[in-house]
Amino acid sequence: MPQTIFSHRYENGLALVAEPMDWLESAAFSFLVPGGCSRDPADMIGVANFTCEMVQRGCGSRDSRQYVEDLENLGASHGASVNSVNANFGGAVPAENLYDVLSIHSDMLRRPHLPEDQLEDARQVCFQEIRGVEDDLAQRLMLELRRRQYPDPVGRSAYGTYDSVGKIKSQHISQYFEDVYRPDETILAIAGKIDWPKLKDYVGSLLCDWQTNPLQPLESSVAVRGRHHIHHDSNQTHIGVAFTSVPYGHPDYFQARGAVGVLSGGMSSRLFMEVRENRGLCYTVYASDHSLRDQACIVCYAGTTTERAQETLDVLVAELKRLADGITEDELNRLKVQVRSALIMEQESSRSRASSIAADWYFLERVRTLDELNKIVNDLTVDSINTYLANNPPGDFCIVTLGEKELETPSGVS
Amino acid sequence: MEFREQRLENGLEIIAECNPNAYSTALGFFVRAGSRDETDEIAGVSHFLEHMAFKGTPKRSAADVNRELDEMGSSSNAHTSEERTVYHAIVLPDFQDRAVELLSDIMRPSLRHEDFEMEKQVIIEEISMYEDQPPFNAPEKCMAVYFGSHSLSRSILGTVESVGAMTPEQMRTYFQQRYSPSNIMLVATGNVDFDRLVEVAGEHCGGWEQFDATRETLRAEPRTAFEVIHKETAAQQYVIQISAGPAAAEDDRYAARLLATILGDGSGSRMYWELVDPGLAEYAVMEPYEFQGTGIFFTYLCCAPEDTADNLQRIHDIYRTAERDGITEEELTRAKNKIRAHVVLGSERSSARLFPVGVGWLQRRRYQTVRDILDSYAAVTMDDVTAILKKYPPTISSSLAIGPLKKLDAPS
Repeated sequence: MPQTIFSHRYENGLALVAEPMDWLESAAFSFLVPGGCSRDPADMIGVANFTCEMVQRGCGSRDSRQYVEDLENLGASHGASVNSVNANFGGAVPAENLYDVLSIHSDMLRRPHLPEDQLEDARQVCFQEIRGVEDDLAQRLMLELRRRQYPDPVGRSAYGTYDSVGKIKSQHISQYFEDVYRPDETILAIAGKIDWPKLKDYVGSLLCDWQTNPLQPLESSVAVRGRHHIHHDSNQTHIGVAFTSVPYGHPDYFQARGAVGVLSGGMSSRLFMEVRENRGLCYTVYASDHSLRDQACIVCYAGTTTERAQETLDVLVAELKRLADGITEDELNRLKVQVRSALIMEQESSRSRASSIAADWYFLERVRTLDELNKIVNDLTVDSINTYLANNPPGDFCIVTLGEKELETPSGVS
Repeated sequence: MEFREQRLENGLEIIAECNPNAYSTALGFFVRAGSRDETDEIAGVSHFLEHMAFKGTPKRSAADVNRELDEMGSSSNAHTSEERTVYHAIVLPDFQDRAVELLSDIMRPSLRHEDFEMEKQVIIEEISMYEDQPPFNAPEKCMAVYFGSHSLSRSILGTVESVGAMTPEQMRTYFQQRYSPSNIMLVATGNVDFDRLVEVAGEHCGGWEQFDATRETLRAEPRTAFEVIHKETAAQQYVIQISAGPAAAEDDRYAARLLATILGDGSGSRMYWELVDPGLAEYAVMEPYEFQGTGIFFTYLCCAPEDTADNLQRIHDIYRTAERDGITEEELTRAKNKIRAHVVLGSERSSARLFPVGVGWLQRRRYQTVRDILDSYAAVTMDDVTAILKKYPPTISSSLAIGPLKKLDAPS
């Protein structure tokens, strides 16, 4: 898989990383800005999300409407999201319009109007999101699971509460913006039909004079973890289980990732077979890994009707514990083919590659090429994964359930 | 990019959009079988049958099917809608033969009794899941209201009762009616070896026996109604409206999609600026949906219960204003730019072409390149959009609201 990755760090710390994909007609981009909710004041959670909404309401010479209309006329499909560490502004665009779209985004990151007369509208948008999550039971469960599995502030949800969002004033948004929208921890990743030397110069002309101030280090608390039930009169009981794993940059990451693949990497994976296919306990069941820079976890989900929820939780936890006994050669072989296929197919999508190289740069400050990833995966052996699992058996489960009835904690789980 | 088509002697059609430069091969069996082909007694059978296809064949157990799909590293799935069931896999080109053989095999499932009873439980879980998930099946419930006695009023999943009472014999009878090779297409996009595709399909599907399988595709007589379902546990109010629109084979569907983009796209539309940008609604979207013989516009609204009546009035006013005054040139140009980019970006992955190519052939027996689609949008005029508003006024609709409100008045 021939592949070139370019990167450049400007003097103000901004990182540009790019992958040319000349066979495509598009270019995709992803700005990772350190505007995550971990930097929200403890009594005002939701500022990061609110700020992300406000910066998109006009910037530079464009008012809110002009901003949206110009992006649409350029054919940019774009979106923004906030997690605990970053705000992500990304999208894809016909390649010939990339520079214009980057220029608009540069205005948004550096010269947003943060219009006071739209503060209440933006607050209402944040309230809509809070109510939306209340109705989305699976999402609500997973946000609570993450909040308990990780210490505050990195475990928190970006949405905040009616109360905390209700308190946010215009000056809090401006202050937050001044403090955290900054070049030195910002990554701009671009993949698609691009000309690297021109792109590097152009991004430099837009952003190299963006100034920065020191960022205060975050203080972390201790994770709550344990067992928690949220009562809700629903047809299904939603079950979330998390346990600690190793982060993306850790030397053992791919051993852990291999184990998750065996649990949930396809239709023959253990959770799908044991929970759904052999017992018919649920429609949706999965496990996936979630990584921050310095910590990580595996999260598992199953949704099932109340009367079968206890059995589902018991089988799910039993499968997690059984992982410590090791995986088989067949399981690993299937996993390798899946990963190899996925890596090759990523080359059909500029969006996939832009988000992959952005994530790599965030975690590693470099990008693993597809060949390098292929080699890492090929080098995985049953022994290497089983040694990892024997030394790091899944345990100390954080369990959150949501539904009509609280469930018994499965035996062997403290 | 080359389009190829061939028909086996037993009626099975094979079509492909071949792109030798693609990294992957997408393959799918498209079956003309969906909820509109069912009766009350077997409500949900098309979807249940889709699940059963993965539960084993005379030469494979369910575990074999799952394992072999994973061994090819495929990303595979299936889905059922009102008028089709699709089984698809995306594989590296090397696996084309093996994927075709496996998908062909599961198109003739065993429907074993014990698997049937086990999978019934999974379906009942799926029904429960959607009842819990916003918008709580409101689109399907609204379709039942709008379509009345028309075949498109039927639920795709069926009910706990209909699925619970279903027997393997009933499913077998339905299978024989709908899974005739003349009612099935094999579709491929991406890096496809077409000659080999035909050869392998002939080997594995050529022996399938042919039956008569027809479908009634009358245009629906729209019903106007306004129904409210009380759901105390919901935080938001969800409202679905359905009004008439062009059918799948009608050329004014391009104008319809542009109109929906102008009035109710998720971003930058009239509804966006009036309802979503000021935070009055979580979403307010208008979308066309085409079927064989008939078509509809969906309007989706989600907002705080106390704002619902006012928001419905705002949407009604937007529609009424459009019916009276039409749209502007500038809006049409922007909508064209937006859709153009959306079509181009959305076609990059060869797997993303599988559905446009397959559904286009299934609904219209017509192949369109990405360029054909772009040209069709580019050719739409202001008059075409005005004609849509006249022929299919969006203010005439059926509505269904679900959420904390016990009572809600229709807009005036």
